[in-house]
Amino acid sequence: MKNAMALNMRSYWAGLKTVLVFTVVVIVYTFAMFGIGQLGMPDKANGSLITDRSGQVVGSSLIGQSFTDSKGEALPRYFQARPSAAGVGDDNPSGYDASASSGTNLGHRDEGLIKDVRTRRADIAKREGVDVKDVPADAVTASSSGLDPDISPEYAAIQVRRVARERGLSQEKVEQLVKDNTTGRGLGFIGEPVVNVVTLNKALDDLS
Amino acid sequence: MVYLYAVLAFALIASILAVMYKPLGDYMYGVFTSKDDLFFERWIYRIIGVASDKEQTWKAYLRGVLGFSLMSVLVLYLLQRVQHWLPFSLGFPNVEGPLAFNTAASFVTNTNWQSYSPDVTLGYTVQFAGLAVQNFVSAAVGIAVAIALVRGFARRRSDTIGNFWVDLTRCTMRILLPISIVMAIILMALGVAQNFAGFVDVHTVAGGSQTIMQGPVASQEVIKELGTNGGGFFNANSSHPYENPNMWTNLIEILLMLCIPVALTRTFGRMVGNVRQGYALLGAMTTLFAVGFLAVVTAESFSNDPITGLTGGSMEGKEDRFGIVWSGLFGTTSTGTSTGAVNSMHDSYTALGGMVYMVNMMLGEVSPGGVGSGLYSILVMAVVAVFIAGLMVGRTPEYLGKKIGPREMKMASLYFLVMPVTVVVGVALSFALPFARQSVFDTSLANSGNHGFSEVVYAFVSAANNNGSAFAGLTADTPWLDTALGVAVLLGRFVPIVLVVALAGSLAKQDVVPQTSGTMRTDNRLFVFLLVFVIFIISALTFFPTLALGPLAEGLVA
Repeated sequence: MKNAMALNMRSYWAGLKTVLVFTVVVIVYTFAMFGIGQLGMPDKANGSLITDRSGQVVGSSLIGQSFTDSKGEALPRYFQARPSAAGVGDDNPSGYDASASSGTNLGHRDEGLIKDVRTRRADIAKREGVDVKDVPADAVTASSSGLDPDISPEYAAIQVRRVARERGLSQEKVEQLVKDNTTGRGLGFIGEPVVNVVTLNKALDDLS
Repeated sequence: MVYLYAVLAFALIASILAVMYKPLGDYMYGVFTSKDDLFFERWIYRIIGVASDKEQTWKAYLRGVLGFSLMSVLVLYLLQRVQHWLPFSLGFPNVEGPLAFNTAASFVTNTNWQSYSPDVTLGYTVQFAGLAVQNFVSAAVGIAVAIALVRGFARRRSDTIGNFWVDLTRCTMRILLPISIVMAIILMALGVAQNFAGFVDVHTVAGGSQTIMQGPVASQEVIKELGTNGGGFFNANSSHPYENPNMWTNLIEILLMLCIPVALTRTFGRMVGNVRQGYALLGAMTTLFAVGFLAVVTAESFSNDPITGLTGGSMEGKEDRFGIVWSGLFGTTSTGTSTGAVNSMHDSYTALGGMVYMVNMMLGEVSPGGVGSGLYSILVMAVVAVFIAGLMVGRTPEYLGKKIGPREMKMASLYFLVMPVTVVVGVALSFALPFARQSVFDTSLANSGNHGFSEVVYAFVSAANNNGSAFAGLTADTPWLDTALGVAVLLGRFVPIVLVVALAGSLAKQDVVPQTSGTMRTDNRLFVFLLVFVIFIISALTFFPTLALGPLAEGLVA
């Protein structure tokens, strides 16, 4: 019995030392990766931040933003992003809080979600002047992170007319910008085609 | 059309893994059979005070595993309790006791269940000097135990099954660390963040304000997937654009989760001297994976529930860049490997789609399973399969030349009982004990009815299998769930490990029975079929009633 105790104590002691050794190894690894990132690819390692024409940081090309007023109403000059649950609350109706990533986590039979989806469909159809059947799925559903920077090409397409009208631009010009900010499927089948709504809206602002 | 993309996606992943299979499997074989230590490994052995050339009996090996893991829990617990005073705390307070226990248990057991939201709970130091450390070593512990079991099959009349400290060190230093370094650099080049910038305030394009949380993400992201850990740097896990910004990082992360569990079947085949034995296990794993993937894509595309029906596709809780196919592939991989990372919110799947993920875990996570744990789980299932086949034809069952006697069968049966018992008892207590029931209903559930029940079932299935994914609407940071799930992850990890290491010891002692014409072959298609059947029937019989109350009831109503 005493012998077993001694053996256990020895494995605890060796275990503790091993934990500490690997802690040092992983700290070195973390900072080595930090150094390589800062030297080799600083823009990406620092979060792909983007600036406007005056050099002000206006966000990240990877992190979605809302294009609404403080009450959550869509700003008609901008392409609208997907609904977001990130940090959503009374003081932040539009979500997109990039320090509180989150989905809604609601199931498909949740009555509140069903009601929200119906309302959004009707609102978007009215805003863009299209039939509710033409409102795509991603336009009325919240993303997983609440920070999805993208919308589907279908959702971009139904917004072109409104944005062109509001900005006094030709539809062709706006369609061209949508195309410039679209990423297709990799090798024709990897991922889904998307339009980055953050860089698209920034490109529109940069025009004027 | 969705099936075309799904088949292409599966084919791409399968072909890349096929190319990696031999080199990686053979490399790992070399790591665990070589007699030589590298110079930095000798330093490590000197510090921790072990003789690397001395092999251990199964009892000594097990003492190493348990002693190391206990110390890991203590260190990680303490680190969280003092995080406020550590550098890079981001101003967050010290973590409360029950949550710190739950998180420590969860990361040491390779589970990475997260009752907390990292965005508002953990500073950088706890993440990179605590959680990431366990992401490496808990993965190495799983692989070490699997290798010990394989040595049990491979050796004859041996009292020893290897040296735990050597297996742990070599696995970390020669397998996990080198791959992590290379892949972290690639992930950074593709846009995964790696900095210490904290919270960055910006004025947005439309003139609003936004606070963007940053951090050393890439170094942790890579080992999170490679070690089948799954604990996200951010609350939204691998759906957060800084963890998984595009289709290429998504593809790489799927491959990182799968590469070691898949290639370990090659390592196993080499060690037992017949690579076809490894192919057979891989065949069973691949079958289960493919069926699960197809099922989830079908459920997400064609369900008849209100949301899918209204919108024409299940996009709630999914990112546009991944869509249904690449979310489904990631989820199938993550729940089939014990990773538990998510690039879409499983809680918002269709009822039957979410059920597929539960079933992947209920099968015991063998499609292809976690690093190491997948291999030892399916080896135990193979033992059960030859036993059942032996009963049917009236012969003494053998696997890889070892007799499967009463002692071996007792350990195998106990092994596959641990997880279901933990799950069923945990769920039952959550709804039966008055105080637990009250906290579940008042605080924890995000959804009502059958879907709410599914949230609790998913939590215990995930914990007991050391998966770590969640129906994340569930608020698990309550005293009841923190404690119950913390206990579940410990039982789900260490009871099976004790049985596996003991099994390794008893197998290693045996001599090898010579093969005769009457020996049942375990390296052909018939055995793959038998193995899949046994895995499926055991979990189907165990969990059907539970599924009937949750996802089936929700998914099959009109």
